[in-house]
Amino acid sequence: MTKQRLVIIGNGMAPGRMLEHLFETSTDYDVTIFNAEPRVNYDRIMLSPVLSGEKTYEDIIIHGDAWYEDHGITLHRGEKVTHIDREAKTVTSEGGITAPYDKLVIATGSNPFIIPCPGHDLPGVLAYRDLNDVDGMLAAAEKGGRAVVIGGGLLGLEAAAGLKMRGMDVTVLHLMPTLMERQLDPAAGYLLQKELEARGIDIRCGANTKAIHGKDAVEAIELDDGTMIDATLVVMAVGIRPNVAVAQEAGLTVNRGIVADASLRTSDPDIFTVGECAEVDGRVYGLVAPLYQMARVAASHLCGTCDKEFMHSETPTKLKVTGVNLYSVGEFGDGPGMEDVVLRDAAKGTYRRVILRDNKVIGAVLYGDTADGAWYNEMLKSGQDVSEMRETLIFGQNYQGGGAVNPLAAVANLADDAEICGCNGICKGDIVNAITAKGLTSLGDVRAHTKASASCGTCTGLVENLMALTLGDAMSKAPEGMCGCTTLGHGDVRRLIKAKGLKSIPAIMQELEWTTAEGCAKCRPALNYYLVADWPGEYKDDQQSRFINERVHANIQKDGTYSVVPRMFGGMTTPDELRAIADVADKYDIPSVKVTGGQRIDLLGVKKEDLIPVWADLNKAGMISGAAYSKGLRTVKTCVGTDWCRFGTQDSTGLGIKLEKYLWGSWAPAKLKLAVTGCPRNCAEATCKDIGVICVDSGYEIVYGGAAGLHIQGTTMLGKVATEEEVIETIGALTQYYRETGFYLERIYKWADRIGYDHIRDVIFDDLDARKAFADRFAYSQTFAQIDPWAERVAGAESHEFKPMAVLDAALEAAE
Amino acid sequence: MNVALAETDLTWRHVGTIDDIPRQGARCVKNAEMTIAVFRTSDDRVFALEDKCPHKAGPLSNGIVHGGCVTCPLHNWVISLEDGTAQGADEGATASFPVRLEGRDIYLNLSA
Repeated sequence: MTKQRLVIIGNGMAPGRMLEHLFETSTDYDVTIFNAEPRVNYDRIMLSPVLSGEKTYEDIIIHGDAWYEDHGITLHRGEKVTHIDREAKTVTSEGGITAPYDKLVIATGSNPFIIPCPGHDLPGVLAYRDLNDVDGMLAAAEKGGRAVVIGGGLLGLEAAAGLKMRGMDVTVLHLMPTLMERQLDPAAGYLLQKELEARGIDIRCGANTKAIHGKDAVEAIELDDGTMIDATLVVMAVGIRPNVAVAQEAGLTVNRGIVADASLRTSDPDIFTVGECAEVDGRVYGLVAPLYQMARVAASHLCGTCDKEFMHSETPTKLKVTGVNLYSVGEFGDGPGMEDVVLRDAAKGTYRRVILRDNKVIGAVLYGDTADGAWYNEMLKSGQDVSEMRETLIFGQNYQGGGAVNPLAAVANLADDAEICGCNGICKGDIVNAITAKGLTSLGDVRAHTKASASCGTCTGLVENLMALTLGDAMSKAPEGMCGCTTLGHGDVRRLIKAKGLKSIPAIMQELEWTTAEGCAKCRPALNYYLVADWPGEYKDDQQSRFINERVHANIQKDGTYSVVPRMFGGMTTPDELRAIADVADKYDIPSVKVTGGQRIDLLGVKKEDLIPVWADLNKAGMISGAAYSKGLRTVKTCVGTDWCRFGTQDSTGLGIKLEKYLWGSWAPAKLKLAVTGCPRNCAEATCKDIGVICVDSGYEIVYGGAAGLHIQGTTMLGKVATEEEVIETIGALTQYYRETGFYLERIYKWADRIGYDHIRDVIFDDLDARKAFADRFAYSQTFAQIDPWAERVAGAESHEFKPMAVLDAALEAAE
Repeated sequence: MNVALAETDLTWRHVGTIDDIPRQGARCVKNAEMTIAVFRTSDDRVFALEDKCPHKAGPLSNGIVHGGCVTCPLHNWVISLEDGTAQGADEGATASFPVRLEGRDIYLNLSA
């Protein structure tokens, strides 16, 4: 028997989900999809995290190319269907592709509503619907300036927060008096506005756009009251309209959306519709949960089981702006017979309101702490009488029955049919069954098998609690936090510093919800480094978050004295420098003088009070700090190369000096030691350094990732270049990549193991543009870093570090 | 006046002002017997401990100050600024001294 032909117009989340359900039960169809966008199916509700930089496009793909291949689906990308011939049962695209169908599904989604004010068609006016819009916004954000977002609803605010995180100035214009008035009452709208304003977003409610001005592109926006606001980008997020054009043209019954019955059949029995374009029982939908329900229903009718019907239900709203927690469901207006229970905590900025009618929950608005949202929603759905718990209802589930407050108790008390994941309609029972039946132990597994928390992710905490409850100790632990002050690992912290534009240690601790007031000796130096590396010229180094060695620019020894190592570029020195070092050792009674492994001289046992005069003398002789104490560039070791050596192939000493002059002063995740050796005999031991250069007749081999400490390993080849200039650029780029992505205290070999040697080569060796961009960023950062810390302190900086505040004994005072 | 009285009081010695110490930092006060580390927290409280870790005598004044504690620069012991005791699994205590803040002036009592 030949298969039936199923044609789908549209490749969004609803038809994607419908096909998944269909393939679970039936293989009777040959599927052809026409997609007006040139892409595979991706998670549209995750566009906001892509905009803000918290996720990438790859992260939000639902069905990759392989999925279409595996299921034998023909996908026409970038082909918009313009005509349906219901007589001949064919569809035809703009590009002239015609496909016959036995069953057709229209899933054309919706179009953003564009306010038809003057100037709405200027370049720089965007909607917020798909990845093209996000790309447009990101391009605008690169250039900076002010973005004006029209619309203070869910999408508009997510766009505003994302653009702010991308570094733009942002103004939100909202027609109504409070934000998100369809989902939030004025009190919660106020808290939300306050939170967003605190992030620097300018919010103007009651603002009506009159015109957009600009010559060749957007320049300003004019309000009804004559106010002009400069703008380089305008984002319209004022609502959506079901996209019904092709259905209308085909003569199907169309109202606001394409009219369908409870089985999602249109007025033509062979044509179904799902998604935002569909209208069932007079309602159209824009949130994902009902759209996924449509997908399930349509699939059941396509495969012939016909056991499902679409039913309207209230869908909770959540805002996907990191750090803003709000939840609303059901009704919240004032109406006859409606009673409110309200709980506020001004200090914490939380607000909670439950709306009752006839002793039943009919709505809830939560701001700040939303953990009980699912519980209220469950009561709303079940219509249970709450008069028994009326007194304690507002405190949430943990306070019912006087039980101990325990996060697991909340999920333990939920009924099996309580919905955990609103996006995907997954109940507690589904998740528990999947965990026990399939032996799932990680969140990733649970997501893969049940889809719970795999869409917007706001129910992740609930799912994790459910896993903990079901599995006990067998649950795979999430990666540990960088210290006891946070559950976030170094990678998350680094990513969020950039994504959220966090530029101070207190900002990081607040926004990333540190559990301690001011961090600890483990996280503060790490955060300080990340800020130094990520915001050169903007961030002011926090001395109190530096380990003592980096604060006083010398190495503390076991007796509390210090060691001092002046820099000797490329390991070269002069009789004058040596004399100055000898004089300093004599003058300040320095007990030990030692030659280091990095080809320089260490003065050990210097008293803290003597550091400044010692440095002053060394500075006078032309020497600067060797940074022998730093998580940063230490030394560039060299051999004598062509200057003296019979075997030398290149000027290794000269190149080492150039490299050290280029790199000195830079901070890095951990110490960075280099060597340049003049021939493969490797006298400078370049093949066990963090970064090494091996000179050969035809050029320079750059190697890296060596270690000769607790762990011993040889370097790995990065690549070979022909000139000294290329060596310097490549090493600058490699250093910068390590600086930008390394974890604090992670040596370069561990970093390379973690992110991959092949990947590093792709990024900074094979891609010449990227190499240059990294090297340029390094050079820019160096303009702030190459200041000799010794000279600064000799001139008076941080003087409190070096002398006592008071000397109480008279005799002692005289001696000092 | 309080300040004048305190200055004449031999047990309480004026050692400087709070502005002499960076927030989350420390300065040393020396007398014939020992060095005392005077700490200033991020919320402007002031504490004094002997500048000597109970573990291996590391100079606590050089440590990182956080959440009412200082981490010794030598081996990362965490010492309470309040009473000088080692936190967590480590055991031991360093001497602590009463400090009084009057306005911005710091007075130290070493005889207690």
